Amino acid sequence: MALLEVNNLDVRFALRQGEVHALRDICFSLERGERLGIVGESGAGKSVAAFSLLNLIAKPGFIAGGTVTFDGQVLNRMSERGLRKVRGNRVSMIFQDPMMTLNPVLSIGEQMVECLKAHRRISSKEARAIALDKLQQVQIPSPETRLDQYPHELSGGMRQRIIIAIALLLDPDIIIADEPTTALDVTIQAEIMALLLDLCEQHNVGLILITHDLGVVSQVTQRMLVMYAGRVIEQGPTREIINDPQHPYTQGLINALPQMATPGEKLNQIRGSMPSLSNLPSGCAFHPRCDFINRADGQPRPACTQQVPEFVESGNCRVACHMVAEMLEDRRLKEETS
Amino acid sequence: MSAHAEAITDSHNPTPRQNEQSADSLLQIRDLKKRFSLSGDFLDQLRFKGGKLVRHQEHVHAINGVNLDIKRGEALCVVGESGCGKSTVARTVMGLLTPTEGEIRYDGNRIDNLSSRQLLPYRKRMQMIFQNPYASLNPRMTIQQTLEEPLRLHHPDWKRPQILDKVEEVMRSVGIDPDWGKRFGHEFSGGQRQRIAIARALAVDPEFIVADEPISALDVSIQAQVLNLLMEAQQERNLTYLFITHDLAVVEHFGTRVAVMYLGTVCEVATTATLFDKPRHPYTHALLSAIPRLKDDRPQHIRLTGEVPTPVNLPSGCVFHGRCPHANARCKQEIPLLQTQDDGTRVACHAVEEGRL
Repeated sequence: MALLEVNNLDVRFALRQGEVHALRDICFSLERGERLGIVGESGAGKSVAAFSLLNLIAKPGFIAGGTVTFDGQVLNRMSERGLRKVRGNRVSMIFQDPMMTLNPVLSIGEQMVECLKAHRRISSKEARAIALDKLQQVQIPSPETRLDQYPHELSGGMRQRIIIAIALLLDPDIIIADEPTTALDVTIQAEIMALLLDLCEQHNVGLILITHDLGVVSQVTQRMLVMYAGRVIEQGPTREIINDPQHPYTQGLINALPQMATPGEKLNQIRGSMPSLSNLPSGCAFHPRCDFINRADGQPRPACTQQVPEFVESGNCRVACHMVAEMLEDRRLKEETS
Repeated sequence: MSAHAEAITDSHNPTPRQNEQSADSLLQIRDLKKRFSLSGDFLDQLRFKGGKLVRHQEHVHAINGVNLDIKRGEALCVVGESGCGKSTVARTVMGLLTPTEGEIRYDGNRIDNLSSRQLLPYRKRMQMIFQNPYASLNPRMTIQQTLEEPLRLHHPDWKRPQILDKVEEVMRSVGIDPDWGKRFGHEFSGGQRQRIAIARALAVDPEFIVADEPISALDVSIQAQVLNLLMEAQQERNLTYLFITHDLAVVEHFGTRVAVMYLGTVCEVATTATLFDKPRHPYTHALLSAIPRLKDDRPQHIRLTGEVPTPVNLPSGCVFHGRCPHANARCKQEIPLLQTQDDGTRVACHAVEEGRL
């Protein structure tokens, strides 16, 4: 059994205007030391997915169904007390904005020692030694002085290194990183991503990387999920999806990148924008923006507008698209007849 | 080397430099410097030091001597990391900030020392698009009002039907349904708001547009839509762009020429193709290799050590020497100047000049 297994996860938000279905039928697994990317645009539900893994969804949100199983324990049925032993300890999180995560009135050392002592029975001195070791691992210059500095004294890149050091503090099995480099500059982003990748490989830590940047996902992760309007629409090995995307949305996302177009030519845009979760289109949520809702013979495919697509296996990937399903079915029929 | 290149460009023009450049360049930035005071007003600056009252001043050196020419019809992209002064350049060009030193010439005329009344005719010719469409649209105005405002200001003689026609035309040209005019900014998505901001800039038929990170607040699929819109507008209206961005992939697609900035100075200016094909400055190398590409498996980026120094205490010599793998003693003392290479690229680097790179 995989280290982390997510089955049919379903998250809703009970709002005054009615219930909003933020996540539906999310299924994936993560092996020890594996790196998984979750990609999507804002509003796709990728951050909600990350938060719900550790049951961190705040009211009015709640997990309406499905299971998150970590190392044999079902996390979404655990008590708060039990969860506290997992959060930060065996599964830790890195957030987008390091200034929001660090406590501005405590020194770096105090925050790290606090975190260690909450989970382990050790003396402050031992805790400080561990903290120092972790700061060295994230290659912070003069780590001893950093321990006594406050977050505002450090630059953005340095703060994110400290966050990574804190995430590694208790030797977790999995790190969930929610847009860890979005707030940083390109050269710093490249440094931090390379550091995170090295550390995960060295310590055999699993990584769930949430980002909107396909370039980062393709360089760091082994498998990926593409999300659209609260659903996973394509999942599989990262290389295969990047090189041969099957779902029209994934194709559109990749082709819309400036690096995919000839300089000076028009970019391949996806028309329209992501629907609001409270007002999803019928059938496949992507159909109003999709160029493939007609069959090969030019007739519209009724399933696209009426029926939510099921996952079909296509090679090593799973795709939720009627068009892909139809193509695979055609191919199977042809093979059978010949 | 530099003398040689200048001789070529100047050969058809007997009077050197000034005339040659004003012939085809729409905007000229000369030795532009901008400092922001950190020390507050006069009384805040007074400190006691050794029993004496001393005036103590600290400045952020946002731009330190920038020279740029923007030619008619081109899209000049300025790239750099946060804090390098690229937005300050944009705002100074638009007259939103007054330069501490230096000159800005628009179509041959100096505009940096004009009063706002004198600037008005230029404002009609140059417009700006801001980064955050959530902040740049007035939340208490309908879209119709937002788009009418610049027209009323710049065309006081226009009658109402004429203004309405123009608003409708400009809304159509950016792909916003004219029936939505009665709505407010908050009723639109980020991409649509940025379209409205572009429409507002295009309403007065400008010839020059300063766009400060116009797509960085948007999602990937929407970025492509807005970038396409900007390129269409350029072709249809023969616009000149000063495009500020940190995203090199966008530059590669959009820019005619690129200026790379670091800590308030320009370190390399080149045509887009040359810059991506043959980067010269070590900082440009590092920037280019830091773009996450889809197709390569292993990141092969040049890892820069250290962080960007603060613009309050500028390093001596070349501003990049602290992070540069090729820095030597000369780099630490002498400030490199932009020098023209064989292919017209201008680079400010001692290592390139000495042939070490």
